[in-house]
Amino acid sequence: MKTPILKINGFAKHFTLHEQGKCIPSSHDVNLEVYPSELTALIGPTGAGKSSVLKGIYRTYLPSAGEILYRDRHGEVIDLATADEYRMLQLRHEEIGFVTQFLFCLPRQSTLDVVAHPLVARGESREVARDKAANMLAALNLPERLWSVSPATFSGGEKQRVNLARGLVAKPRLLLLDEPTASLDPVTAERVIGIIEDIKREGVAMLAIFHHPELTLRLGDRVVELTPPLAFADVQETNTQKFKPQEKVYA
Amino acid sequence: MRKILEVRNLSKIYGKGCPRCIESTGPEQETNMCPYCGSVVAIHDVSFDLHAGEILGLMGESGSGKSTVVKNLYFDQAPSDGVARFFEADAAHEMFQLNAAQQRRLRNQRFGMVYQNPHLGLNFGISSGGNIAERLLMSDVSHYGEIRARAKELLSRTEVLLSRMDESPAAFSGGMQQRVQIAKALATNPPLLYLDEVTTGLDLSVQARILDLILEIQQERNTAMIVVTHDLGVIRLLTGRALVMKYGRVIESGLTDQILEDPQHAYTQRLVASAL
Repeated sequence: MKTPILKINGFAKHFTLHEQGKCIPSSHDVNLEVYPSELTALIGPTGAGKSSVLKGIYRTYLPSAGEILYRDRHGEVIDLATADEYRMLQLRHEEIGFVTQFLFCLPRQSTLDVVAHPLVARGESREVARDKAANMLAALNLPERLWSVSPATFSGGEKQRVNLARGLVAKPRLLLLDEPTASLDPVTAERVIGIIEDIKREGVAMLAIFHHPELTLRLGDRVVELTPPLAFADVQETNTQKFKPQEKVYA
Repeated sequence: MRKILEVRNLSKIYGKGCPRCIESTGPEQETNMCPYCGSVVAIHDVSFDLHAGEILGLMGESGSGKSTVVKNLYFDQAPSDGVARFFEADAAHEMFQLNAAQQRRLRNQRFGMVYQNPHLGLNFGISSGGNIAERLLMSDVSHYGEIRARAKELLSRTEVLLSRMDESPAAFSGGMQQRVQIAKALATNPPLLYLDEVTTGLDLSVQARILDLILEIQQERNTAMIVVTHDLGVIRLLTGRALVMKYGRVIESGLTDQILEDPQHAYTQRLVASAL
């Protein structure tokens, strides 16, 4: 029997807005598993909290409930919902990659350096890292004339390719993808699908948000459908008492 | 990842203090001045760790106590209470138990400080090169040629025109003064750098280049840094983890992207919302 690299039990995320006195529900009761060399597809209507699940795993969001059990490369299982900050930084650095919908990178850096960065941070030489970055950018069909400039002025589709290249080139053990082909033309989207299939064969485990049923069928080894959260008032009654802001102020 | 600094329960009270100072100040009371004795609780119970090569952000509004934290850690002031341990490869120092000479040694050789106000970090009575020489002399480099060469190397690294190294920093623009301060702070290649609002008040293009320089230095030398700023852009650009302070207390801490995208405390939510 295969062991999952990621197992989520009863994950929930809601936002407590103190100023407005409101609690905004996002994901609720999410259960899923991700395996090496497999892709778990996360589907559901807008507002079902799909992105919140990915951000919760990456800890850009603090999970409100549930456990996120991640098995690291030494076989140790860690609950990412409660892992300490240094552990999270180390995992982001070495094992878990995240391609978000929007590109965030250091300003004034060349596209090649942006894409090479995760490799350099892991100790690869700058030359090797830039070579690998160049290969990935070429594979994703980004014109070579753009490689030496900062992605700041790129179109949406170009930025998404830079973002994807940076996530794919690092070949993390677990890759989180938020609508990886959303703003790409069909030719480039097909290339991305090819690369996803390649790195899947190489052992990378993926959790990806898709909107196209066709893509879900082609790439997903498992499919998890999220439903939109309960009506607003219900959640406020049931969850606000349970939710306590972080009390720990140690860093 | 090696821990280089551990701060526990750091407190600083200006004034004689009284038993009710702590309970009657802080974010809930919305003041840092004790209504009973008039003492100012600048910081109370601040604790954090810092690892080698890490950049930690201290954010908060004016008067939140963020600068006081680094001033205490740079020995500009003595804390009222608390512990700080600085770790070197072969030694650990109880920072506030050291005598004055030992503190000076850490300050001159192991720490660097860049202040918002260049007058605090630079001696305007001597040349820019002289400012760097001063710091090298305090750390036992005494050969003139060696000092001169090192000063040149540092100033060119921080992009200060070498043809102007014999001028007083008084003749320089704000951005240039900050570059000289950074060069001076780096003179002894310290493992720990404190940056106190270093880009505040500079125009945007100058800010950008100073921030790029700071990141390059961090990558080249693996210098750990504590960055004090009220500017969320600087926090996002430079830091991996951050503490949010208000009225002398740490009200929230976490991974920087989490603090900016999913702030937990009402004050941080307001702060982040007002920046976007």
